[in-house]
Amino acid sequence: MPYRRRTLSTMDEPMPPAPTERDLRLDLFRGVALWLIFLDHIPSNVVSWITLRNYGFSDATEIFVFISGYTAAFVYGATMQERGFVVASARILRRAWQVYVAHIFLFTIYMAEIAYVSASFENPLYAEEMGVFEFLRQPDVTLVQALLLKFKPANMDVLPLYIALLAAFPPYVWLVLRAPTVALFVTVAVYAAAWQFELNLPAYPSGHWVFNPLAWQLLFAFGAWCALGGMTRIGPFTRSPWVVGLAALYLAISFAIVLTWYVPPWTRYVPKWLAEWMYPIDKTNLDVLRVAHFLALAVLTVRFVPPDWPALRSRWMRPAVICGQHSLEVFCLGVFLAFAAHFVMAEISDGIAMQVFVSLLGVMLMIAVAALMSWYKQIEGRHAGSGAKRSPDPAGSST
Amino acid sequence: MTRVVLTLLGLILAGPALAGTEMLCQVPEGLVQADFAMPRVAAALAAKRLEVAVIGSASSALVSPGGAGKSYPSRLETALVADLPGVAVRVSTYAKPRQSAAEMQREIAGILATQKPALVVWQTGTADAIRGVDPDEFRTALEEGVDALQAGGADIILMNMQFSPRTESMIALSSYADVMRFVAMQHSVNLFDRFAVMKHWNEAGVFDLNAATKKLDMAEQVHDCFGRLLSRLVVEGAALTRQGEKAND
Repeated sequence: MPYRRRTLSTMDEPMPPAPTERDLRLDLFRGVALWLIFLDHIPSNVVSWITLRNYGFSDATEIFVFISGYTAAFVYGATMQERGFVVASARILRRAWQVYVAHIFLFTIYMAEIAYVSASFENPLYAEEMGVFEFLRQPDVTLVQALLLKFKPANMDVLPLYIALLAAFPPYVWLVLRAPTVALFVTVAVYAAAWQFELNLPAYPSGHWVFNPLAWQLLFAFGAWCALGGMTRIGPFTRSPWVVGLAALYLAISFAIVLTWYVPPWTRYVPKWLAEWMYPIDKTNLDVLRVAHFLALAVLTVRFVPPDWPALRSRWMRPAVICGQHSLEVFCLGVFLAFAAHFVMAEISDGIAMQVFVSLLGVMLMIAVAALMSWYKQIEGRHAGSGAKRSPDPAGSST
Repeated sequence: MTRVVLTLLGLILAGPALAGTEMLCQVPEGLVQADFAMPRVAAALAAKRLEVAVIGSASSALVSPGGAGKSYPSRLETALVADLPGVAVRVSTYAKPRQSAAEMQREIAGILATQKPALVVWQTGTADAIRGVDPDEFRTALEEGVDALQAGGADIILMNMQFSPRTESMIALSSYADVMRFVAMQHSVNLFDRFAVMKHWNEAGVFDLNAATKKLDMAEQVHDCFGRLLSRLVVEGAALTRQGEKAND
C-alpha cells in the first residue's frame, strides 16, 4: 500500500524527487488551451462552439493557469534548490516584469483599436454602448489606472492575474520545497478566506478583478505543488478506478447541465434545489464546481494520456506543443489576434465563412510565431555555447 | 364609389406593408415567450386598465426630434392598445442615461408610489457592464428591486442588453447577462432576451447592426419590433395566468 504510507508522511518529510524530464503533455495541453482562449475571445464566433466551456463548467483558463503554475515551479523550484532563494526570486520577479510589459503593450494596441472605433462608428441605436469610450476623455486617469493594473479592458484580465501570481510565487516555492503539506494547506486556506471574507483586489472605475488572484492562486499553487513532487504522491490515488469513475461521472453530469444553458426548454429538467444550490457558477472567484471539473479532466488525462505516449512526439502534435512551449508570446499574440479578428469581422463581414477563416488564420499565425520563437531559441542557444557569461534562463520561454 | 375604391386600394397597399413589419420582427420559436404567468397584468386586463412602467437607461430611449414617440416604450403602448382592444393602456418611462441597476433600484419605491403599475419592464445591464460594477452587487440590486416590485404589486419583465457587434469585444456583458437570467429564473420573472433577439436579427440579415450611420430609421424599426415583441410577451403572460387559474378550478 504505497499510497497509504505516503499520505501519512509528516510535514517535515521532503517531497519525493520531482521528475527531471520535460513532460510534453503539459506543453501539448497548454498549447491547445491557448488556441481555445483565442477562439473564445473572438465574439460571436461559430468556431468557439468547439471550446471546452460549452461542454462543462471549467474552461481553458483553468488549464492554462494550472499548467503555468506547474511549469513555473518545475523551472524555478530547480533554480531555488541549486542556487538559493534570492536567485530564484530574482528570476521569478524578472519574469513577472516581462509579463507586465507584455500586458501594457497589449493595452496600447487595445487603445488604438478602441480610439479608432470611437472616432469612426456612430449609430443612434447604440448611444448607450458608446459610453464605453468615455474613458478616452480622461487619459490622465485611465492610463495611470491601467499601469496600476486596476483598469483592465474586456478580455485583458488573464495577464494581470499571471503577474500577481508570479509576484507572490517565491515564498510559496520556498514553502513547497520545505513543507509541501503545509504549503497545500496555505493555498486552500487563502482560497477559503477569499470566499469567506469576499477578498479581492480593487479595479477601476469600480468593482474588482475579474479573475480574483486570491481565488485563482489555488490552481497555480496546486500546479506548483504537483510539479515539486506532489504528482508522485497523489499518482496512485488519481489512477484508482474509483476516482477515475467518479471523475467521468462528474464530467457527464456537468455536460448535461451545461447543455440546458443552450437549450432553454431543457432547463426544467434541472431540479430546482440543485439549481438554487449550484447557480451562479462564479468564474471570478473560481467556483468549487469549476475546480472540481478541472480536476476531473486532469484525472482522466493522467489516466489515459501516458507521459511517454509516442504521439506526443509526432509531427501532428508538434504545432500545439511548440505553442505551449512559448506560452507568453503566443498568449499575447492570441489576445491581439482576437481584437484583430473582431475588427475584421466588424469592418468587412461577420458571416460564418469569415468567422471560420479568421479563427483558422489566427491559430496558424500562433503556430508560425511559436515556430519562430523556437528557431530564435535554437540559434541563440548555439551562440551561447561560445559566449562566456551567458546564463540561459530556462524559464525565458517556458513558464 | 370612389371611397370604396380608395379603401380597397389602401387595403391592397397596406396589406403587404403590415405583413412586412410583422415579418421584420420575426424571431425563432421560443426566443420570446412567457415562461411565467403575469397575474397582476391579468387582473388589470380584467379591470380594463393597464398601467405599465419602463425603468431603464439610455437604450430605453431614442435621442432625436420626435424620438420619444419612436422608442420602444411608446411602441409598446401602441402595440398593447392594438393587441388588447377595450383596455386603457398607459406606458410611462423612467429612463436615465448611465444608470446602474443599483441606482434604478433606489427609484423603485417612488415609482410604485406615484404610478401603481401592474407591469414593470426593467431594462438594465449595459451601464453596469461599462462601469465594471461587481456582478455580485449587480445581482443584489436586481434581487432587491425585483422583491420590492413584487411586494408593490407589479409583474416584471427583465430586459437584458442590446447586442452591439461593434463594441462586443469592448464591453464584457456575459456575466451580467448570466446574472439576469439567473435572477429571472429564481424569482419566476419573465426575461426579454433583447441580446439574443438582436443577435438573431443580425445573423438573419434582418438588420445590419454593424452599419455606421447618423440616421434613425433602423433604430426606429428596431424599437418598433421591441414594442411588438414585448406586447406579445405581455399578452402571453396574462393568458398563462388564466390557464393556471382554470387548471386550479
